Amino acid sequence: MKKKVLTVDDSRTIRNMLLVTLNNAGFETIQAEDGVEGLEVLEGCNPDVIVTDINMPRLDGFGFIEGVRRNEKYRAVPILVLTTESDAEKKNRARQAGATGWIVKPFDPAKLIDAIERVTA
Amino acid sequence: MDMNEIKEIFFQECEEQLAELESGLLKLNDGDRDPETVNAVFRAVHSIKGGAGAFGLDDLVAFAHVFETTLDCVRSNKLEPTQDVLKVMLKSADVLADLVAASRDGGSVDGSRTRGLVKELEALAHGEVPAPSHEAPKPAAKAAPVAAKVEPPKPTDESGFQPVPFTFDDFGSDEEPPIEGSTYEISFKPRRELYSKGNEAALLLRDLSRIGEMSINCDTGSLPALDKLDPEDSYFGWTISLKTTKSEDDIRSVFEFAEWDCDLEVKLSEAETSDEELPMVPVPFDLSALDDAPVMEDAMDDTTAQDAAAAVAAAETASSVAQAAGAAARAAKKDTAAAAAAAAQNNAAAAAAAAGQTIRVDLDRVDRLINLVGELVINQAMLSQSVIENDATGTSAVNMGLDELQQLTREIQDSVMAIRAQPVKPVFQRMSRIVREVADMVGKSIRLVTEGENTEVDKTVIDKLAEPLTHMIRNAVDHGIETPEKREAAGKDPEGTIKLTAKHRSGRILIELADDGAGINRERVKQKAIDNDLIAVDANLSDEEIDNLIFAPGFSTADKISDISGRGVGMDVVKRSIQALGGRINISSRPGLGSTFTMSLPLTLAVLDGMVVTVAGQTLVVPLTAIVETLQPEASAIHSFGANQRLISIRNSFCPLVDVGRILNFRSTQANPVEGVALLVESEGGGQRALMVDAIQGQRQVVIKSLEANYTHVPGIAAATILGDGRVALILDVDAVVSASRGQSLRAEMSLAATG
Repeated sequence: MKKKVLTVDDSRTIRNMLLVTLNNAGFETIQAEDGVEGLEVLEGCNPDVIVTDINMPRLDGFGFIEGVRRNEKYRAVPILVLTTESDAEKKNRARQAGATGWIVKPFDPAKLIDAIERVTA
Repeated sequence: MDMNEIKEIFFQECEEQLAELESGLLKLNDGDRDPETVNAVFRAVHSIKGGAGAFGLDDLVAFAHVFETTLDCVRSNKLEPTQDVLKVMLKSADVLADLVAASRDGGSVDGSRTRGLVKELEALAHGEVPAPSHEAPKPAAKAAPVAAKVEPPKPTDESGFQPVPFTFDDFGSDEEPPIEGSTYEISFKPRRELYSKGNEAALLLRDLSRIGEMSINCDTGSLPALDKLDPEDSYFGWTISLKTTKSEDDIRSVFEFAEWDCDLEVKLSEAETSDEELPMVPVPFDLSALDDAPVMEDAMDDTTAQDAAAAVAAAETASSVAQAAGAAARAAKKDTAAAAAAAAQNNAAAAAAAAGQTIRVDLDRVDRLINLVGELVINQAMLSQSVIENDATGTSAVNMGLDELQQLTREIQDSVMAIRAQPVKPVFQRMSRIVREVADMVGKSIRLVTEGENTEVDKTVIDKLAEPLTHMIRNAVDHGIETPEKREAAGKDPEGTIKLTAKHRSGRILIELADDGAGINRERVKQKAIDNDLIAVDANLSDEEIDNLIFAPGFSTADKISDISGRGVGMDVVKRSIQALGGRINISSRPGLGSTFTMSLPLTLAVLDGMVVTVAGQTLVVPLTAIVETLQPEASAIHSFGANQRLISIRNSFCPLVDVGRILNFRSTQANPVEGVALLVESEGGGQRALMVDAIQGQRQVVIKSLEANYTHVPGIAAATILGDGRVALILDVDAVVSASRGQSLRAEMSLAATG
């Protein structure tokens, strides 16, 4: 069965890149544009892994991760954070919010798939 | 979708982000201190950088990074966004826009300007700020956690368990059969948090197994009795012996995501440790379960209760929770599949509504649609007409249906037009950059205030508005606003203000460009006009007429031609391009207080509300927006003037009478005004004229068909349309007809048009 990935990113460019990369790698991809939509979409899509950006309008990545971790049903879903640079501070905050791991941008398809493989069975 | 298409999307997105960036910076410049504004500005640069990185646009990434760093200082309140700071940022936004354009179109960017701004931005982020730069906490935060939290490995011998050899035949064994290299002792004890963050010990062990040959011993020492077991806690630790050619760093990088939430120790094994030295419980720890998730039962087939508990715990909390959740979800799905689907759809719909979703459509498609709707309007009018001709009573059901059809057609047309309508914001935003750059060049301090940026108008109008507006803005900055010294001497704020306003007024868009400069120097304008033979030496002109002289072809008041506005293009070109859009432009000026240019443009170039009139047996359409009033002239109101000029007196003032039939050469003799109708029109110079036509047929919305595109330019005629009876009618170019009546004949304009 195809693994399902939920991606949350406000950039149309990155959303499209994620979509193409994940679809090519055989994942089913569901997309949201910010944290608020991410939490809405989460209900009902039951993802195997979530990939989220940090800087987003309405609800940022930190808030989104906390929201997922508070959700009884989905709190154990691995969450990967897209960060632009290996910014330790940001990584740390993401971890505290409950992120499972991270992917350092610039966006690299191989790194993305590798990270997803690492946190999913 | 391939990478090129995504790149295209990236550049589109860049445009949006740049607009967002600029408007945010301008808001900050006006004193807005809303954190969301700063965030939006930051996000805009951040997004551009993110996308640029993915496409390897290194110049763009490098500059965006410096910019972002400085913006981050503002965001974290380390840098106060003063006017000076914002000045640098606005310039940086301009450079960022240039870099985006260069990346897209392959042009080059002024490297020295970019480098200069990089320095300024860095200075803002480091030097001029009291607080340390934002980069500072980075190394400290990075170093701390791992070292502090590593604890010595659990003693493995106290339980007296036997070790269990562990192999992973499934994983990548084809590559490195006899492993050279070192053996590492790895002690790994996850904490509860590791699982609650979605990490999974078994997955980490699987990854570890991929870098070498390893044996695992599981320490179940802290496992409590089943009734005391917290399914979400972490009870197991592992001791791994790994034979690999990889370095310690490579091993640690496997635990990259987990290092905060586990006790991890990696050390080089001193001696080949033999199995019997590690007495541990033989726990059937089968990682192959990972490949086929829902078969955890296999792992505990014939074991004791303790083993079973151990196996469950070994598979561990996170995955079991996930599976339970998954199972629950599946069950729920089966039960209420339809309901769930409906709910999901509702959610999606709600999300869509909340986000104000948009789609991107090719402009061609919209244009095709607009053309079709145009045809539909014509067709509907023709249908109405033929029904009316065949059914004089006007009471049949067909008639009622036709009425509805007419309403619907009109609504469809409005809706389709609305698709093309866009806010003038992007054009206005471009102007603020021009003001900044030109003001910088001429050493003036000028603020651009915009109002009504969200006023919507047809995209074609917007596109064609940019050029004349740019020219006028340059003029206003260069000639309109005085130097700071002169302004101070005149008792004005040394900073000049240019105000750009857009608003809707009676079916047209009105754009005003007002400066608070010196106003038109009428003496000089008049002298120049005399010098250039535009007017007679003794001409007696009103102030308004003098002001409007600047629109005359070949007129330029600047004493010396400057780089900025003296490009050989005068206000006459501006006027012509506004007129080409079916618009009018006016100037009003008050000496010492400034000038205001007012442009009135149609909202769309596709339809027009017109008055259908008859002139010498021809059907003409006069744009309704030009008409002030219509009247039936009385013989007593008509006064002859000169050889063949006539005036009409309306409410105690005289207004020149323009015989449209004569001007357009429809007839050679003058029509009798008393037998016709006079249309009072507002002409561009501000004065009124009365256009003589034979009769008014009615008011109608007509679809504009370009004459230039289908035939050729005809002096005095703006465009053509198709009427309900299928006949072609010409749309009158009121301004051209009026100026022809002033003596500048249409023929002259025709020859002008012919020579280009």
